[in-house]
Amino acid sequence: MSAPVYLKISVQPEDFDTGAELQQLKAATPQAGALVNFIGMVRDLSADGKLDEMVIEHYPGMTEAALQRIAEQACQRWPLLGIRLIHRVGSLAAQAQIVLVATTSLHRQAAFEACAFMMDYLKTEAPFWKKEIGDFGERWVEARATDEHAKQQWQKNNGKSPT
Amino acid sequence: MKITILYFARIKEVVNYSSEDVVLPEGIETIIALKSWLSTRGETWQKLFNGSGVVRAAINHELVDDMATMDEGDEVAFFPPVTGG
Repeated sequence: MSAPVYLKISVQPEDFDTGAELQQLKAATPQAGALVNFIGMVRDLSADGKLDEMVIEHYPGMTEAALQRIAEQACQRWPLLGIRLIHRVGSLAAQAQIVLVATTSLHRQAAFEACAFMMDYLKTEAPFWKKEIGDFGERWVEARATDEHAKQQWQKNNGKSPT
Repeated sequence: MKITILYFARIKEVVNYSSEDVVLPEGIETIIALKSWLSTRGETWQKLFNGSGVVRAAINHELVDDMATMDEGDEVAFFPPVTGG
């Protein structure tokens, strides 16, 4: 069995410094030849008009457990060296960072695919809910069928990229 | 059987509170039975569980389907489909 995967998960209201987080991940997994990261951000425009604020609610306890489970599934499917997951909650302004998913591995394919896999699972299994507030008033964001579809592609492809 | 029920997001706003402790009558053991029982509380609840919106459930922090069974002391949660990321 290879060395345990470096895994760090945070659910927090505070912003994160992506550069510092990636440096930490690199330092924790010096064998890595590839680092992939995804950052999700608040759009300044929603379907209904200009957006001022996004409020993210979550289910403390279950959120952390769900993210842990998603990361463990990724580790079972790809030879990863490290994972850094941050998801913000609370009130966020337009263009704020929401989520960081970063992966390291020996070669790029595992890091690329595992990063996409974790985002697709996070979108459909982690208990976060977004509410948009803007000049249109406020509304809960509806779940998208395309997100569920993206997850199901991984289930069909059993570890391969969902092409 | 006594359980705690939590409500989140749109559902929390509809029912107007975030958690409650309830003592279930004999025979209410599954999520689907719990939904039916809560639906008898009135129109708001009836619409919530029998309307067009999907209501997801978790027991003790794990997503479950309608046929999942509850035990004494469980934490049950109801929420809309998730929209994080």
